[in-house]
Amino acid sequence: MSESTPATGSMVEGLLRPLVRTSWRFYVLVAFLGSIVAAGLGTWAYQMYMGFGLTGINMPVYWAFYVTNFVFWIGISHAGTLISAILRLVNAGWRRPVTRCAEVITVFALMIGAMFPIIHLGRPWLFFWLVPYPSERRIWPNFRSPLVWDFFAISTYLTGSLLFLFLPMIPDFALVRDRSTGVRRRAYGVLALGWRGTTRQWHRLESAMQIMAIAIIPVAVSVHTIVSFDFSMAPVPMWHSTMFGPYFVAGAIFSGIAALIVAMAALRKFLHLEAYLHPVHFQNLGKLLLMMSLLWAYFVFAERLTTWYGNDSAEINVFYVTQRGSFAPLYWTMVVCNFLLPLTILSIKRLRTIAGCVTAAVSVCIGMWLERFLIIVPSLSHKYLTYTWGHYRPRPVEIMITISTFAAMTLLYTLFAKFVPIISIWELEAGEHHVPAVSPLAAPQRGLRHDPALEETRA
Amino acid sequence: MIRRWGMAVDLDRCTGCGACVTACHAENNIPTVGSEQAARGRAMHWIRVERYWEGEFPDVKLKFRPVMCQQCDAAPCEPVCPTYASHHTEEGLNAQIYNRCIGTRYCANACPYNVRFFNFFNPRWPKPLNVQLNPDVSVREVGVMEKCTFCVQRISAAEIDAKAEKRELKDGDVKPACVQSCAAKALVFGDLSDPESDVSRLSRSSRGSKLLEEVGTLPKVAYLGREG
Repeated sequence: MSESTPATGSMVEGLLRPLVRTSWRFYVLVAFLGSIVAAGLGTWAYQMYMGFGLTGINMPVYWAFYVTNFVFWIGISHAGTLISAILRLVNAGWRRPVTRCAEVITVFALMIGAMFPIIHLGRPWLFFWLVPYPSERRIWPNFRSPLVWDFFAISTYLTGSLLFLFLPMIPDFALVRDRSTGVRRRAYGVLALGWRGTTRQWHRLESAMQIMAIAIIPVAVSVHTIVSFDFSMAPVPMWHSTMFGPYFVAGAIFSGIAALIVAMAALRKFLHLEAYLHPVHFQNLGKLLLMMSLLWAYFVFAERLTTWYGNDSAEINVFYVTQRGSFAPLYWTMVVCNFLLPLTILSIKRLRTIAGCVTAAVSVCIGMWLERFLIIVPSLSHKYLTYTWGHYRPRPVEIMITISTFAAMTLLYTLFAKFVPIISIWELEAGEHHVPAVSPLAAPQRGLRHDPALEETRA
Repeated sequence: MIRRWGMAVDLDRCTGCGACVTACHAENNIPTVGSEQAARGRAMHWIRVERYWEGEFPDVKLKFRPVMCQQCDAAPCEPVCPTYASHHTEEGLNAQIYNRCIGTRYCANACPYNVRFFNFFNPRWPKPLNVQLNPDVSVREVGVMEKCTFCVQRISAAEIDAKAEKRELKDGDVKPACVQSCAAKALVFGDLSDPESDVSRLSRSSRGSKLLEEVGTLPKVAYLGREG
């Protein structure tokens, strides 16, 4: 263990406060969220025991809420790693307080999203048959199946984003270690991996983070492309489309930024991080969200227009059932949530406040969930043979499990913010002293001081 | 020689009686799910008789189309299955290995004909219906997909019989339950690799077409339309 002097300054104090002090509200919140998550797990167990028929799934709508949730959460996961990687690579100074909030969303959203391919299985206890493991029967998974690609894509992305989250946490773990005693000191000592803040260690951390920031971008793009392949590889009307890859990736980044804005606003309010998460962060992310909203609308327009002109007998049925049929209320809600409302709020400077950005972001989260639902269900319920057309309504088990995933996300996020400084302290300090991004001080951060003057200029 | 099993459906002969559906249920141990579940879209019929009306009431024409698994040569259900539960046999059948199925239901989504069915609950046969189960066909548990097999158990039985009698299978030796029960002889089954078989002759007929041919699935079921 190193003998580094604990960093001083009100900034460190402030950022470590959630780790040290626990109010009763925290326990109430954790108990509340925990009970919803437990109810969700219980519902899943009940569904397994009673049979999959408890859901609203039917012939022909064999995928619905669970697969919607899967795509939605994997989409949310693009918040993080991708955004934070890009902001790191372009060396955007304002990224410093934002990156860790974003990277955590990725890891948790992936963990939740990856549950759904298992939850939606008819026989979830056999999910490991998707894994290529050496078995005495020498049976491999079918590598032609997009679901197997999913397995590889998601496990790669989860591993990568865990590393990407963990690497910049090491100096902060060491900081907590050095400032605490007893069990806490030992626990954070293990997590800090023997960090001493030597020049060599800083160099290694720097190159590791550079490598990860570059490597994670193609991984993130490929993950949602492969998720889109789950649909576009099947000859289902409106699924079988060459534009699904980029369309899904754009949608994923779109919903990811929205989730990040919501999470940051919640952190700012509940952990009193007003000094670190400034309106400018929300404004910048709001501009990104506006750009993605326009890109999303462009994709939808391109998809809709080509389908309409193409007038393929099977596709046009799905087209009209969403455009003005039974799915039209959901469809137009989606257009308002994903395009009209964010466009109005975010393009008017006066409305681009924190409250405005959060309103737009919540609206985008709802809209993007609907978007995934509207990609999946209308196509399945209106396949080629009109005789087999069907409809779908969710049943209580699906609704309960869906709600519990949002509780699970909030719970994991709350716990994380309890045990890890949610804002990267050393990166913030490096930023205060105008050191180039990802090349922090060659010495441990012990000598750093909080500079109010710089704080002023940043705000 | 490797056979290619196929079927021809003469739409001009089909009366829509539904005997094929009943026979298929009995032969293949297909559970009935009850009215409540059927209303939720959980009914399982490996073969169904689609009913279409033409014209406005009262001047309507009723048309029937029996639809079962088309045993496609380029079956969209096969490549998407992550566990090879849905796979192509040497004789060109789209086989479903129930034990290997984990219930992703991807095959059913990929199938343009919607002829794959999911077991939403464990099947139940209230006594004494359990004694009528066909011992040659395994029953399927909750969470797996099932579909028309062209009565593969009957194909195997006929092949075994022919081998025991040291002769070749001849046209008409194999009759799936639907074909056997069709009073109007609208369904004809046989080996497409034998150009002289009834099914080959009918499939070549100028009245013949394939269902959703434009999707490119290369089905092995030919539908013979009405003349004129």
